[in-house]
Parts: sequence; structure tokens; C-alpha cells
Amino acid sequence: MATKVFMEALSPTMEEGRLVKWLHREGDVVKSGDTLAEVETDKAIMELVARGDGVLRKRLLGEGETIAVGSLIGVIAANDENIDALLGGAASAAPIAEPRVDSPQATTGQGDAGERLTGGTERATASPRSAGATTPASSAHDRPDAVPSITPAATTGVEIGRAKTSPLARRLASERGIDLTSLQGSGPGGRIVKRDIESVVPSESRPGVPAPSVAVPSPIAPPAQAAPPIAISSGGDHTDVALTQIRKTIARRLAESIGPVPTFYLTGEFDMERVADMRSAMAELGDGYKVSFNDIVLKAVATALLQHPECNAHWLGDSIRYFGRVHLGMAVAIPDGLITPVIFDAHAKRLSEIARESRDLAARARDRRLKPNEYTGSTFSVSNLGMFGIDDFTAIINPPEAGIVAIGAIEQKPVAVDGAVVVRRRMRITMSCDHRVIDGASGARFLQTLRRLIENPLLLVY
Amino acid sequence: MPVITFRDALNHAIREEMQRDDRVFLMGEEVAVYQGAYKVSKGLLQEFGEMRIVDTPITELGFAGVGVGSAMVGLRPIIEFMTWNFALLALDQVVNSAAKMLYMSGGQFNIPIVFRGPNGAALQLAAQHSQAWESWLVHIPGLKVVAPGTPYDAKGLLKSAVRDDNPVIVLEGEMLYNTKGEVPSEEYVVPIGEADLKREGDHCSLITWGKSVLVALQAADQLAKEGIRVDLVDLRSLRPMDVAAIVKSVRKTNRAVVLEEGWEVCGVGAQVVDYIQRDCFDDLDAPVLRVTQADVPMPYAKNLERAAKPDVAKTVAAVKRVMYVE
Repeated sequence: MATKVFMEALSPTMEEGRLVKWLHREGDVVKSGDTLAEVETDKAIMELVARGDGVLRKRLLGEGETIAVGSLIGVIAANDENIDALLGGAASAAPIAEPRVDSPQATTGQGDAGERLTGGTERATASPRSAGATTPASSAHDRPDAVPSITPAATTGVEIGRAKTSPLARRLASERGIDLTSLQGSGPGGRIVKRDIESVVPSESRPGVPAPSVAVPSPIAPPAQAAPPIAISSGGDHTDVALTQIRKTIARRLAESIGPVPTFYLTGEFDMERVADMRSAMAELGDGYKVSFNDIVLKAVATALLQHPECNAHWLGDSIRYFGRVHLGMAVAIPDGLITPVIFDAHAKRLSEIARESRDLAARARDRRLKPNEYTGSTFSVSNLGMFGIDDFTAIINPPEAGIVAIGAIEQKPVAVDGAVVVRRRMRITMSCDHRVIDGASGARFLQTLRRLIENPLLLVY
Repeated sequence: MPVITFRDALNHAIREEMQRDDRVFLMGEEVAVYQGAYKVSKGLLQEFGEMRIVDTPITELGFAGVGVGSAMVGLRPIIEFMTWNFALLALDQVVNSAAKMLYMSGGQFNIPIVFRGPNGAALQLAAQHSQAWESWLVHIPGLKVVAPGTPYDAKGLLKSAVRDDNPVIVLEGEMLYNTKGEVPSEEYVVPIGEADLKREGDHCSLITWGKSVLVALQAADQLAKEGIRVDLVDLRSLRPMDVAAIVKSVRKTNRAVVLEEGWEVCGVGAQVVDYIQRDCFDDLDAPVLRVTQADVPMPYAKNLERAAKPDVAKTVAAVKRVMYVE
């Protein structure tokens, strides 16, 4: 009994995956549960395991190649078993996409915007047949041509929305590697139907899994990345680099935020003298007691949120969910982007626990070894660019969360205290608020509490 | 091959089966002395006598029940209803006795009975006598239902029905009785549960049964002139239904139209569409469309009746719509 190996949804938001490395060769005997390959999801590098016993007869996806979740990427079968039928078009090895939508999170968040925009797309493309089925619609966003985008799922972008497509056309497009967003449907309401797929001239279609273009040596080196980027074209003064999974996800998510989320900002400058004193005092107790400024801020934010559930909330479209627990997202810069691991129940954790956990999460985030459940489920987030010497900045809300605080650098500044100018260590915090959830006054009250905690850190142990 | 009428094909089937098995008998209103309201039983009284060709009073429930009882004790009755519109009165025997007896007797009593008669609208018989009943009958576990559209299929299916150990409903058509077709003189049967591809094409599946096969054939001819090749699936049997044949056709053509005489709501065609969406989802290039009778009691007025019935023009239009032409 042969087992098909599919690109699986290894993270809640994963729509396509890049095969980083096969860990077995064709002909290797594998058992159910064995790790077959390393796959770069939109967030991390994950292990893809075998779902059946047998011999890895066929690897259908090359290392470095990207394919939609649900696509066939290999076959496990007995040595003498005929697997031709499973391979479909044999050499072309057209992956039959079997879209897996069993992970509900995979579509939440964008479904709303996607559906809404679909209506607009339909109207825009409603001028049916006269428009010419073969005219590729110019992409609203800069999608580099060579980035293989082979399923509608992969092309469900906020800007474009879901192209209405007959089930057959969807299957054919997937098999032939045709980007549905480049087509204009000739069916009712702009539906893409079989004849639209067939009208795509063969040279435009990419049979089966498209081969990644070879990286061209370029005078301008692309930024160092955890997984080597695919340079797709290069000019005299520039290098075009294919989007990594994580860069795509960041673009999609952040565009979602800055677009529909009505955000306002509240900024305050906090006195850090006592925090600094506390931190030095703890460090004097020994290395085991060292905590960072960031740890103290995290602890303070979690404590303040517990007192202000109106800010510890998710916007759910038709309702607002207020949380009684604080799961604090902590933005971490990683070589080719950022990720927000979560300190769960941060409100109930001691400073030492938060310090230990944030160190561990940050380290593993940089190695891209976080598991999906470690970077999903936050109720509120904190972003800190103080270490880069940024005085203050505004952070973009991570939907469906209602707020995020942006922490600036701690600097010595002259301030007036009791009528005299003195030099104090100061830190600026800017809170971004989703106005659908948080009002100006409620955000300000939260910051008031936060200021009280940070300027009187003993309250954190009260 | 001899060309005979649908009516004669049925007559030959009954005669051959009565000759073959002396447990088979025919019973119904006007079947004997009058030779059948539609002359299906012509000559049978003379050949088999009044013990085996039995005239009944106008008591559908009564003689249907006598039929079920006789089947329980070993006979193989063919019950003729003058029309299925009249058989409404007998449905308790059909549904509650014939269809249930094997089950409720724990397998002790087979009911090898055939209920047959014309189904659907003829011409200007008005609301009460112009109804297609297949969706009512197909709904019932324990019944088999066949609906031939040609003389060949009528004879072959009726013979299979008589030989079947279960109750079998044979839906004929008043407008079909005079139609002609090739029927071999040698012995043959058409197995229950097998569809027949009446036309082969790769553009659109047209799925139908019974009298609508005639409409579908004309629609297919007309579409062929415009270069549209229809794959005409004649289901022939509605229960059990040849789902494999439907799936095979739709996988080939990627689109389907289901044509039936009856009303749209909960019609047999709805069941066909369900099989298609379940098994051919990724093969479909267009929503499946249905052509049915208008959702009204059949009008008596000639023009309104014509407008209410599914016809060639409506079928052609539906096929073109799923082809995205026009």
C-alpha cells in the first residue's frame, strides 16, 4: 500500500512550504514517524515525517523548491509496487493539490478581507469575454514572475482576493503550475473555467514543480539569511531576491494590520532610575539573579494588563474577546525577519521565570527552531528596539490583538525634578491601539498603570 | 433486427416470461377482456386464459394487496396500474407491504412482484393525471425502480423485473407506447442497475431516464449540429442507480445536465447531482444544471402544458449554459 507524501501544513498559517533538505534518499527504507525532510514554513524550519512504512520511492520536489500545502512531494511504497499511477504525468510529476483546510487558523484573519475583496475583483473582471481570456491581469503587487505560485491558496493575497474558479480549473491550474491570479475568468461573474486554463500558451505554463532559477552572482550581495535566498534577477545596481516564506507572511499580515486596523498611538516617557537600581542590585547578588531591562518591562506589561483586560483583547470581527490571562508576545528580530514567540501566562510568572523563558525563546527564534505553538496564541505584544538606540517608535499591531507596546532605548536625559534640572535615565514607550477595541482613555489608563509599575518596580513583587 | 413498438416489446416480455414460468400472472383493470387500456396485454387472455390474465374491479389498493399476498405464497404477479396516478391509492401495499415484507419477516418472505404502468404526463390529461412519480418510489428502500426509454430496454428490463425476487416498479409512458425501436427476436434481458450510453460525446453529460430519453436524443441531435457533443447517459434503472456510469461520464466531460419529467424539488435528479458533487467535485467546470417540469400542477391548457414541461429547447439551453456558450 503506497503512501503519498504531501507538503503538510506545519504551522497554522502555512500555505506553502520550501523544502530545505531531504533527509532520506530515494530507495531508503522509512518507517512511519521517521523524519523525511526539513521544510521551511512561513515561520520556521520544521520536520516533515513519514505517514507510512516502506521505501521512499520517489522525491518529487527538489531541495530549495517551494510548493503549496497539500501538494504531492513524494511516494513511499513497497520496492516492487507500481507507483506510476500515483505519479500522474510521470516525468512532469504534476502535483495534485489536495487542499487541506483542516487547520482553521490557516484561513482566519485573511478570510474576511479576502472574501470582501473578492467581490471587488469580480466586479473588476466582470467584463467577460471581450476582455480576452489570455490577457494576464497585471498584478497589483510586485509578484516576481519566477516565484512559483501554483495554487489558489498560495495566491490568496489581500490585494487580489480569491479568484472565482471552477473546481476543474483549479485542479488543472495546480497541475500545470499556472498562477490563477494571472488569469481573467471568462465564465459568469469572472469565474475562471477550463477554457481559460487551456488558453494559457504552453510556454507560460510550468509543468509540474517549477525549477528555481539559478542564483546569479551579483555585485550586491543579498542580506545574509538563515536559508539561502533565491536571487531571481540582478541588474547593475540592484538584486531582486525571491520572497522567503517568512517575508511573504510578514507582508501579508502587516498589510492586513495597517490597512483595516484603525490605529492610534499613545506615547509616554518613563523614569527608569528605580528599575536600573533594582537591576544593578539584583546583579550584585550573582549571575543567577541577572535580569534585563526588557524582562522587567515584560513583567510590568503583563501585570498591568491583568489590571486592564480592556487592553488585553482580540478583535474578532463581530465580537471582542477579553482575556483573563496574559500571553505576552515578544517580537524577536531574526536574520531574515521577525517572529513573536509567546510567554504564556506571563502575568503569573516570576521575573526570574520570564527572564529565563525570554532568553530561551529568543535564542531558539534566531535558530528558527520554534514550534508553531510557541509563536501563536498571544493576547498582547511587546516590541523593543532599545538595543538599537531607537528613542521611540510605533509598532504595528499583530492582529487580532488590540494593542502592542513599542519600547525605546533607555537614555540619560536632563529632566526637571522638583524645580531642578537633573539627569535621569528615561525610556519612551509608545502603545499602538486598535481603536475598535481600545479607546484613548482606556489606553491611557493602562499606560498610567504601566508607568506606576515601572517607576516603582517594587510593586512588581507586591 | 425486427422494429417493434414499445407496447409490443412489453407484451412480448410478459408473454415470454409467462411461457417460461407458470407462476407468473398478470392482474389489473381491463387487462383481460379489453386487452389492456393501452393494449399492452393484447392476446394474452386468449393464450393464457382467465386464471392467469385477471381483470379486477377499480380497487387499486385491493388488487395490489392480492398481488403481494400471492407473491408471499409463491406466485410471481405482474400488477398493471392503468396509470401510476391511480396507483397512489395502492401505495400502502407497495410501500408498506411489498417493500417491507422481506425485512419485517426476517427474510422469510420474498415478494417477487412487478408493479407497472404509465408514468408522467401525456397530453392534456390535466393536473391529476399528468404526474411523474419516480421520486416517491425511488425514495423507498426495498423497492427497485426501472424506467426504460426504448422498446429494447423496456422488454429487457421487464423480463429482469419479473425474474427478480424483489418488488420492482416499472415506469412506462403513455407517449412511449407507440414509439418504435429495434428489438432482437432472440432471448435477452437488460440487467437492473445498469445505465446505457445512448450517445457518446465529450462536451457535456446529459443524464436522464424513461420518456425523457426521447427529449434528450433530440436535444443531442440539435446540439450536434452546433458542434456540441453530448454524452447521453440513460440511467434506465433509478434504484439501484448506476453511479459509476454517471461518474465516468462527468469525469470525461466536466459538466452535466440532468433532465427529468418530474418536479424539481427532491426529484431523482437532485440525487444524481448529489452523486456528482460528491464524486466529481474536482472534475466540474460548471455547476450542474437540471431541467424539470415547472413547479406547478400540470396545466390543462395546451400552451401552458407545453410551457410547463421540460423539452428540447430547455435542454439545449441548459447544456449551452454549462458549456458557457451563448
